[in-house]
Amino acid sequence: MWTIIVQIFPYAIAFTIPLLITALGGLYSERSGVVNIGLEGLMVVGFFTGALVISKLEVTIPDHSIWIGLLAAFIAGALFSLLHAFACISLNANQVISGTAINMIAGALTVFLARNMTGSGNILIVHGLIRRNIPGLSRLPILGRLFFTQVYATTWLVLAILFVAWFALYKTSFGLRLRACGEHPQAADAAGINVYMMRYMAVMISGAFAGLGGAIILVTYSGEFTGTVSGLGFLALAALIFGQWKPLGVLGATFFFGFASTVANVSQVIPALTVIPGILLKNFPYVVTLIVLVLSSKYSQAPRAAGEPYDKGKR
Amino acid sequence: MTAVVLGLLAGAVLMALIGNNPLSGYIYLFRGGLMSIERVGNTLATATPLILTGLSVAFAFRTGLFNIGAAGQMLIGGLCATAVGLTLTLPKPLLLTLMVAAAILGGAVWGFVPGLLKAKFNVHEVVATIMMNWISYWTVYYVVPAYFKGAYLETESRKISEAASLKVHWLTDLFGGSYVNLGFFLAVVSVIIIAFVLNRTTLGYELKAVGFNRHAAQYAGIGANRNIIMAMMIAGALAGLGGATFYVGYASNIQIGILPTQGFDGIAVALLGSNSPWGVFGAAIFFGLLHSGKGFMNAMTNIPPEIADTIIATIIYFAATSILIERNWDKLKKKVGGAK
Repeated sequence: MWTIIVQIFPYAIAFTIPLLITALGGLYSERSGVVNIGLEGLMVVGFFTGALVISKLEVTIPDHSIWIGLLAAFIAGALFSLLHAFACISLNANQVISGTAINMIAGALTVFLARNMTGSGNILIVHGLIRRNIPGLSRLPILGRLFFTQVYATTWLVLAILFVAWFALYKTSFGLRLRACGEHPQAADAAGINVYMMRYMAVMISGAFAGLGGAIILVTYSGEFTGTVSGLGFLALAALIFGQWKPLGVLGATFFFGFASTVANVSQVIPALTVIPGILLKNFPYVVTLIVLVLSSKYSQAPRAAGEPYDKGKR
Repeated sequence: MTAVVLGLLAGAVLMALIGNNPLSGYIYLFRGGLMSIERVGNTLATATPLILTGLSVAFAFRTGLFNIGAAGQMLIGGLCATAVGLTLTLPKPLLLTLMVAAAILGGAVWGFVPGLLKAKFNVHEVVATIMMNWISYWTVYYVVPAYFKGAYLETESRKISEAASLKVHWLTDLFGGSYVNLGFFLAVVSVIIIAFVLNRTTLGYELKAVGFNRHAAQYAGIGANRNIIMAMMIAGALAGLGGATFYVGYASNIQIGILPTQGFDGIAVALLGSNSPWGVFGAAIFFGLLHSGKGFMNAMTNIPPEIADTIIATIIYFAATSILIERNWDKLKKKVGGAK
């Protein structure tokens, strides 16, 4: 059992991290009162931008190209999310519809551009991130094997972002204001907070995080832009609700998805798991999510104003 | 309408950006969909599943529900129809009836679950339908290779027999050998039925009342929960039927590992058709035209076929914002007029 866990743990983590950072982005957006169903599309934008930048730069500056690519994806995601922010915040559009449009635009536009560049529509990067041991810590008992051996640098980057995001949300005035905008924007406005600006910032954070998430897929386990992140953005959205819109809840939910999916993926090669039919293993995360949502619906703590355009005149 | 114009404009800008003449691009796009009777037939065949998924999304919208699960409902409908078609050997009319019924039933079950969860447990239907999409994706992924494996490929089912196909000789011949099939008539009949249900029946009235204000409807003695479940089941059934028209009409087997894009395009169709059945019909034909013409355009110019999807996506974005753009535009005009 222990050896199985040690074997699949790195894969589970690799799968969890992009999901975690994207769900965290969604958390910021929804806590400010804007539902962002466009996470999937924003991930694709980051995925594409990362591939584009890295494939162009890796010949000339091989050492830094990956990090420049990640940064570019971060920025591109933030910029692309402005489309969503503008529609939802300035034009009071239906947030779910705008998000759907974001998904479709991102999916079509990136493949359109990629095909125009490479013909096949896929962009390959030659070098991804390399897994490293963290000196010293990797020799810790148990934890060392699981968390500090053969890890991607992006894993620790995302965990650091998680900590900062948690701190900013709960321990700073910025976070308090942001949460106020998602609970009762009229009250927040009366207290002198610029609701529009807070929501713009929150949506841009969600875009940046989702873009980063897409690029992390590229530099860790994918290595090639293929035009889709195959539903991970939607899974992040589900993890956000599963995690009850809280950073640590989201961490738990995404890790659950990452671990369950990895178990299903590797079940063919692990004798102990081959007895369970694949159809059950693959559907397990989704069915569990539905069950958890049913059980937790009574205590559901969705931001009260999420999904509603801000109307100054309303009480 | 503004949205369509703006979407086409955005497409033109993109074509120009990559160094093509937008006008000739559009001419090829529309010629590709319309220039022969065969291509017209293909346009209708491409539009058929879109009519049904669009109708599915629109119907749920009218009850205040967002059915993002049309893709999964369509896929499971396709699986049910294919399963029946590959298992039973019956005369064509009887077999087709059973297959279509199976597809409708499969889709309805896939809609029932999110409907029930929404009504009884207040689980958001967007998340529930997304989960159902993946459940149908993985179900097809394992069921098809296990029971209906294709002759050459592991990744698709066997081809259905001619008796199990919605394609019929007289229709194929009428349209010069195109893909158009009986599914198109099923779609038209569905549009008529849904228009009737929504506008002329008590059920339709109740569904719309729940959509406008769930609590007010409840207060007026309309069972909101029952109507939510009913609406999701009908929406699922429509998408399931769409699956039948696609997998045993347009195509002749079912592939694994793909969620049909028609499910998501259905959202666009519903929005552009402003959630009215005949609006959906028109919008689906328009999108069908874009999709069936893009291959020809791609062959004649070097514009990637994804331009069609880009145009559709842009149209939805503008459809979501156009009312407000128009309102602001009117305000601006008034201001300018007032200044004179």
